[in-house]
Amino acid sequence: MNRRAVAAIVRKDLMVVVRSKAVLLPLIIVPLLFLVLLPAMAALAPKLATLPGSSLAGMSTFIEQMPAGLRQTIEGLDESQTLVLLMIVYFMAPMYLILPLMVASVIAADSFAGEKERKTLEALLYTPTTDRELFLGKWLSAWLPALGVSLGGFFVYTLVANLSAWPVMGRVFFPNAMWLVLVLWVAPAVAALGLGVTALVSARVRGFQEAYQLGGVVVLPLVALVIGQVTGVMYFSIGLVWVLGIAVWSIDALLLWLSLKIFRRAGLIDRLG
Amino acid sequence: MNLIEMDRVTKRFDDLIALRDVSLTVAEGEVFGVLGHNGAGKTTSVRLLNGVLKPDGGRCRVLGLDPNLQGARLRRQTGVLTETPAVDERLTARENLAIYADLYGVPVRECSRRVDALLLDFALLERADDKVSGYSKGMKQRLALARALLHQPKALFLDEPTAGLDPVAAHAVHQLIEQLSGEGRVVFLCTHNLAEAQRLCDRVAVLERGRIIALGSPDELARQVGGALRLDIEVRPEQVPAALDLLGRAGLEHVEYDAETLAVSGVARDRVPEIVQLLVDGGVSLYRVAPREPSLEEVYFALHAREEA
Ligand SMILES: Nc1ncnc2c1ncn2[C@@H]1O[C@H](COP(=O)(O)OP(=O)(O)OP(=O)(O)O)[C@@H](O)[C@H]1O
Ligand SMILES: [Mg+2]
Repeated sequence: MNRRAVAAIVRKDLMVVVRSKAVLLPLIIVPLLFLVLLPAMAALAPKLATLPGSSLAGMSTFIEQMPAGLRQTIEGLDESQTLVLLMIVYFMAPMYLILPLMVASVIAADSFAGEKERKTLEALLYTPTTDRELFLGKWLSAWLPALGVSLGGFFVYTLVANLSAWPVMGRVFFPNAMWLVLVLWVAPAVAALGLGVTALVSARVRGFQEAYQLGGVVVLPLVALVIGQVTGVMYFSIGLVWVLGIAVWSIDALLLWLSLKIFRRAGLIDRLG
Repeated sequence: MNLIEMDRVTKRFDDLIALRDVSLTVAEGEVFGVLGHNGAGKTTSVRLLNGVLKPDGGRCRVLGLDPNLQGARLRRQTGVLTETPAVDERLTARENLAIYADLYGVPVRECSRRVDALLLDFALLERADDKVSGYSKGMKQRLALARALLHQPKALFLDEPTAGLDPVAAHAVHQLIEQLSGEGRVVFLCTHNLAEAQRLCDRVAVLERGRIIALGSPDELARQVGGALRLDIEVRPEQVPAALDLLGRAGLEHVEYDAETLAVSGVARDRVPEIVQLLVDGGVSLYRVAPREPSLEEVYFALHAREEA
């Protein structure tokens, strides 16, 4: 394995990514939105909810219908505390997964389809790298930043959540064990999912925008998770998160197998035309 | 020793046959030209010879390696200038070269020295830290050429290296090619520019729709198309019509003329004295009679016409 060459591919892709507004902008705005704005709003929600004219009535029906496991976790909390806990710990959990997904997809779209569009791929194909090294380099250049952003984002989220909810909670309540599993086990898998789908899509499309938009379809299952939880169909228990991770990693393995089959020099250049 | 060999190579893209039974060899130190119309199969040959495409039939061998099976090892010793410069526009020239130095395995300690030397050689040093997106076409082309030479390849593949360059820059590239072949490297040059091929190439292959229709040195090719000469005849201006008449009666039909010069093409060498005699006997005063070997361009068009017929 030619590590120096793989590292050079990663370095090149990242340098190229940070110099494109179209790529960099979503990488900055989305994390800000999810990690700072949303938790801050969630922590303020009880205040808004107790304003005259609104009520926590909807909440109480939700609480009555909620799964038993989840009800245990809110035992002994008042209504405001319950609301904050549900939002910051549970409702936000599936949304957090959008982060690694999006970062990986954007970078993969730029590094696979964008490179083809800019016609720089051909030069890369003439380097003394093997197909595997080329693929590994491309894969890492999307996966590593996705991990970085989701880890960094998690720390920021922890800070913002605890600080802004301090008046309501009066203690450090975040993260719990479920979140650790989510961040360390599920997020890397979801990053690989976004990247794998985008890489496959990139082989068929002409450019960055198209790849990014088509690859973005993977966000739909996450939206389903968000809805499933808000409507009380299921909740992010630690067991569910473990299983979710296993499921996503399995899909990843399938995608990887497919990609390795089609990621051949000859196949790539055939489509350069 | 042959550094590049293609042995009855065929390459298909679905229904289209891009190369058909192509065989050629290129020896050490040789500059080998591949001529052909758009779509003739020049770029496809370069890709096959570097293991970037797989042939559907036949065999390639470059520097003693099989591009198909030993591609990565082979590409350590081949440099390719692609048809489009394929340099990263969002990076600077220096960054482009530094990254490819890593990719090509240039010894770490030598990297920055070699990058600087190339930037200097290709007149890019002043703009080395500007983003390539601001470069002119010629500058991008020079950068791509510098990149192809980073690892001092034994075999160099140049796909239309002077397309879009101004005459001075093109001249510099010609000198570079001469210098590289002088150092014993083999150069595989794809070009539309026939004067360039004539000047630089020891041998050329003419590709037409994926087949080689002629192969040899420019002189040999001239002989293949019949060895006919072009005869420039300078006469007194008022005698041009008379001379035209005489030539016409002798059955020489391909005559172009201006105020005082007639250019007769397709003349067999042994007919030259006869033509001179004819004109003198007809009372035409000759100031100059200059037989000219056909240029590669004329040979190319003759070959092409023969192929069409
Ligand atoms: N990846 C591909 N997929 C399908 N057809 C291709 C592909 N690459 C080349 N071809 C076809 O193969 C033929 C030879 O193409 P090639 O690019 O080798 O020509 P060329 O001699 O380099 O032409 P040009 O002077 O225009 O660069 C053309 O008809 C071209 O359309
Ligand atoms: Mg070409």
